[in-house]
Amino acid sequence: MSALTREESEALIQEVLEVYPEKAKKDRAKHLAVNDKSIEQSKKCITSNRKSLPGVMTIRGCAYAGSKGVVWGPIKDMIHISHGPVGCGQYSRAGRRNYYVGTTGVNTFGTMNFTSDFQEKDIVFGGDKKLAKVMVEIEGLFPLNKGISIQSECPIGLIGDDIEAVAKKTAVETGKPVVPVRCEGFRGVSQSLGHHIANDAIRDWVLPRREGKAFEGTPYDVAVIGDYNIGGDAWSSRILLEEMGLRVVAQWSGDGTIAEMEKTPYVKVNLIHCYRSMNYIARHMEEKYNIPWMEYNFFGPTKVAESLRAIAALFDDKIKEGAERVIAKYQPLMQAVIDKYKPRLQGKRVMLYVGGLRPRHVIGAYEDLGMEVVGTGYEFGHGDDYDRTIKDMGNATLLYDDVTGFEFEEFVKRVKPDLVGSGIKEKFIFQKMGVPFRQMHSWDYSGPYHGYDGFAIFARDMDMTLNNPCWGKMQAPWLKKAEPEEAKKAA
Amino acid sequence: MANIMIQRGSKGEYVFYLPKRDLEDGIVSMEFDTPEKWGGEIKLNNGGCYYIEPQPAPARLPISLRAKRLDAAE
Repeated sequence: MSALTREESEALIQEVLEVYPEKAKKDRAKHLAVNDKSIEQSKKCITSNRKSLPGVMTIRGCAYAGSKGVVWGPIKDMIHISHGPVGCGQYSRAGRRNYYVGTTGVNTFGTMNFTSDFQEKDIVFGGDKKLAKVMVEIEGLFPLNKGISIQSECPIGLIGDDIEAVAKKTAVETGKPVVPVRCEGFRGVSQSLGHHIANDAIRDWVLPRREGKAFEGTPYDVAVIGDYNIGGDAWSSRILLEEMGLRVVAQWSGDGTIAEMEKTPYVKVNLIHCYRSMNYIARHMEEKYNIPWMEYNFFGPTKVAESLRAIAALFDDKIKEGAERVIAKYQPLMQAVIDKYKPRLQGKRVMLYVGGLRPRHVIGAYEDLGMEVVGTGYEFGHGDDYDRTIKDMGNATLLYDDVTGFEFEEFVKRVKPDLVGSGIKEKFIFQKMGVPFRQMHSWDYSGPYHGYDGFAIFARDMDMTLNNPCWGKMQAPWLKKAEPEEAKKAA
Repeated sequence: MANIMIQRGSKGEYVFYLPKRDLEDGIVSMEFDTPEKWGGEIKLNNGGCYYIEPQPAPARLPISLRAKRLDAAE
């Protein structure tokens, strides 16, 4: 099926909106748009970062998810206490596949769940004493931890516990950083505010810790910010930067440590991959420490080469040569990948609905494979994300913000993409509809997808999903129409 | 009063950033823009209008400031 025209896309949106009551229809209409590349500011066509409508199936998370799950969770040598009832921490434990190096339970704690396990009496009498006790126990059981962060769950804010006081007291006793994070789930409209709160906590409690201390720097120090090492993403990015001659001082926060974060104010440039979740801290470091920052995109060889050159442009000729050398080294390898998979994937159409950066960043990788992205949307993007997206998407493609379960299904039914990329909650709905699906949050337990090495895996995974023989077996054999007699005879 | 940040854009123009509203926009005009006196009424690309207390120009940008909203767009 060929792509929809602008009129058809607009008609489709109207048709989908038809089922809502008047008020809900008015609200949802603002979140759905047909892309028009000529628009400079996204807010003229799409509204974002607003409260989800009660009653619809939204795919968003909460502030706790944004802070504990995304920003703080991957810092491997700290212990992150899910302060509150046990469920929030336990059901999100290790689900994001932030890989790290270390011995879990000894010097790294990424996949473990620490919780203060609130009971009724803690709600009634307050949980401060319990929190202090938990931290004493942690010091006894896991003496190699490098610090503790307290990630508040909803009840902490509701009953008004003073976790800051407990944190300060414990930090003095243990001599290690203890960071209270006020990321109660009810704050804000999505996980996005959790990212902001987590960034603010890093700004206030982590960055000032090494101020004025000696640091042996080089002119080529950079920090990789907003790469959470999902399936090893940060590693496949880091080797490229190191190969071109830069020194990666810190990884925020995939496979990262608190010591790295404390050293970040000494780097020369902050490189931001996930703009949505870490731009706050980059802006702060620009103002306070005079560190410039830039966004980069390591999905697909075209964008990687573009980004490597843009990064190198901030440094001297040695790095510029390094970038060209890296690009030249990987170019033949990437051409082989494209030659292998492009004929199998050419012309296929993709619909995406993901989180912070992927709805726009992966477009380049799909285009390298000859595929086309016909619809994209953010769970929790803001206006500035859509500003950036409009330029990357084709005209008359669909944009949907905080899409509801119903809308997404209807769009897929009508647009009939060859592949849908979204999360686990959407996966089985679309697979049962007979649409090939890839999880674009966790890379469907594959990865890495960043960098040159990641692209080879990305291409293989897309081919594996799209050209899987199972998609021809969606109908039970006894429901198939009988083959004509002649055909049988011929065979 | 709102906390805002003023920074330089890629073309050397002033860019206004209001984290609370996630508003990032170019500054069309600033009432005072000399080394001694800097600030006053600022007009944004989107039609919004804010006021920052006139002050000596900051040594370097970006800088966080308190601004009063005179007329917001939307």
